[in-house]
Amino acid sequence: MDRRYRIRKDDGCISCMRCARECSFGAIEAGEDRTLILHHDKCVDCQRCVSFCPTGAIFITEDGNRFRGNGVFGESDMKEIFLQARTGGVLLSSMGAPGRNVPIYFDRMLLNASQVTNPSIDPLREPMETAVFLGQRPERIERDGSGRLVDNLPPHLELRTPIMFSAMSYGAISLNVHKALAAAAEKLGTYWNTGEGGLHESLYPYKRSTIVQVASGRFGVHATYLNTAAAIEIKIGQGAKPGIGGHLTGKKIIGDVSRTRMVPEGLDAISPAPHHDIYSIEDLAQLVMSIKETTDGRKPVIVKVAAVHNIAPIASGIARSGADIISIDGFRGGTGAAPKRIRDNVGIPIELAIAAVDQRLREERIRDRVSVIASGGIRNSSDVVKAIALGADAVSIGTAALCALGCHICASCHTGRCAWGLATQDPELTKRLDPEEGAARLGNLVKAWTSEIKEIMGGMGINSIEALRGNRRALKGVDLNAKELEILGIGYAGE
Amino acid sequence: MRTVDMRKDGLDALKAHEGEEMEVTGCLGERYIGCGMKSGILHVEGTPGNALGSYLDGGTIYVDGNAQDATADTMNSGLVAIRGSAGDALAYGMRGGRVYVLGDAGYRAGVHMKAYEDRKSTLVIGGRTGSFLGEYLAGGIIIVLGLGDEQRDITGYFCGNGMYAGTIYLRTERTPLNLSDKLVRRNVDEEEKERILKPIIEDFASVFSLSADRCMSGSFIAIEADESKSYSQLYAAV
Repeated sequence: MDRRYRIRKDDGCISCMRCARECSFGAIEAGEDRTLILHHDKCVDCQRCVSFCPTGAIFITEDGNRFRGNGVFGESDMKEIFLQARTGGVLLSSMGAPGRNVPIYFDRMLLNASQVTNPSIDPLREPMETAVFLGQRPERIERDGSGRLVDNLPPHLELRTPIMFSAMSYGAISLNVHKALAAAAEKLGTYWNTGEGGLHESLYPYKRSTIVQVASGRFGVHATYLNTAAAIEIKIGQGAKPGIGGHLTGKKIIGDVSRTRMVPEGLDAISPAPHHDIYSIEDLAQLVMSIKETTDGRKPVIVKVAAVHNIAPIASGIARSGADIISIDGFRGGTGAAPKRIRDNVGIPIELAIAAVDQRLREERIRDRVSVIASGGIRNSSDVVKAIALGADAVSIGTAALCALGCHICASCHTGRCAWGLATQDPELTKRLDPEEGAARLGNLVKAWTSEIKEIMGGMGINSIEALRGNRRALKGVDLNAKELEILGIGYAGE
Repeated sequence: MRTVDMRKDGLDALKAHEGEEMEVTGCLGERYIGCGMKSGILHVEGTPGNALGSYLDGGTIYVDGNAQDATADTMNSGLVAIRGSAGDALAYGMRGGRVYVLGDAGYRAGVHMKAYEDRKSTLVIGGRTGSFLGEYLAGGIIIVLGLGDEQRDITGYFCGNGMYAGTIYLRTERTPLNLSDKLVRRNVDEEEKERILKPIIEDFASVFSLSADRCMSGSFIAIEADESKSYSQLYAAV
């Protein structure tokens, strides 16, 4: 039996059966006479039962029986081999690449603060600017015949805080999650992103806070969709699965998901690996311009790519394609479903990608032609500050946003049985998330991070995000080699 | 009928008068003509550029000459009729409406076309097509007639690879080159020809003033996904 966890309960259990009602994976079943039947092998460690047990009597432990392996082949290697030997299948996983075998550079960079030589700023008493404008900057100031400024500003996005919500499609997540994200984004003065599954009509009123996505499947994409948004994002790739397409199983294409994606119920929704109308930067430029034509040039166009080995020249090409914003999703970016080998082995960490892209665009003197959004493993406000100091204009958060809504990162999104009602379309489960309460929690999270960002910036004597962006002197490295420091463009601590 | 000279008036003039019937003259590769157009009729003379009628949302575009790449990209509804040939990536991700090409189409025609409720994307090619026709087809109908090329292969390599819904009809008896083993080829009987192909082909023929009988003559084969070999069998959840 393949068993990762064991469900335990102690004397505090009052046999209320709440855990059995909450478990959506069939691991806890209510038997006769209020007894619990435990199927340990079905437990995914989502912690739903633990959170809802009124007496704190239930808890999940890791199964004590382990395959020892030999130090080369570990337990998970062996289990995966067994599974593939039995099924012949490609391993499917979800959420971002786990583990720390690939360094998390955010944890190896430390922030600066003012002492004596320049004053720090107290954000509680002094103004601190967290607003960010994303889009192309005009190359020069223009004046009319009488010397008045000509408004030659290309379309842009205005964020009150440099934190946006990442693209997560309706289908991969529930409509209630979309509602919570949209309402929170509107209240916070930032943006949420539909992902590639279209925009549900009930969310059209949030158009000023919405970024709509155009991916290779073109699901739900039509002229009205493109115009019901503040910006349009062309999705080339995502950090969890660079270079490959998507596959939403027909089981999730039901009801409104079908209507919103505009594909028949029960039919798989396949996103081809590439956009077959984009085989070059010139083709990309054409799609960017065709979107601008369809939206009368009033909306900025974002191009989202995964952080891969050639990210700097790719970003340079995107900057020259006419796109206004580049969104880069790092190695640790999340997903509703991706082949495990791809998720865990393809791409590069976002920290290195931001630094390489910012450096390259500056060298080519085209940094002001585009803004850069970074994502893929942003866990807290200090990650945000570090990402911006490395050169990003703003970040977007997906996993962190889901955690604010209840996600416990059990990485079972691809099963469609999410006990927290997020990555599922089962109406019994989706109703577990109250969109209003969810929006409030997202609002709290971003508000808290924004306060922390102000505090960190103030400590450094910086009073605007604009002044923090690309300010690599704010960062020093520890436990990094010379090459890593060179790519990150930072000095070693104490240097 | 209003006349718009592309070289003098440009795309803005087309947008300003959207919904009208217009003659578009002097085309020399201008891109994005009819992009997102919701209504109206364009008669395009000369050679329009790439992305003609992309996101087309109900309008009609007639092209006298050839069209270039990415014509009718992500089209939602309406009609694009091209008297000449079309370039690569024709009707990519198209969801509804009709695209008719009297001549040939290049590579990647009809990739990931779809159907949804009353929208049924229909692509008819009078001549032959390049490789990768109808890859990832998710719905809708593609018909290739191969008029005048009855003795040759009328599609290229990798026809219909990865398709999982919809049907490709070919007016030939020859199985497409290197047809994937995840697809099935079947012969189209008279009943299906009358019921499905005839209304579409008669419409196609009337747009180009052709004889529908000639377009319908001979036998047709159909290519469809083998439902026993779906994508989902590929995976094992960790």
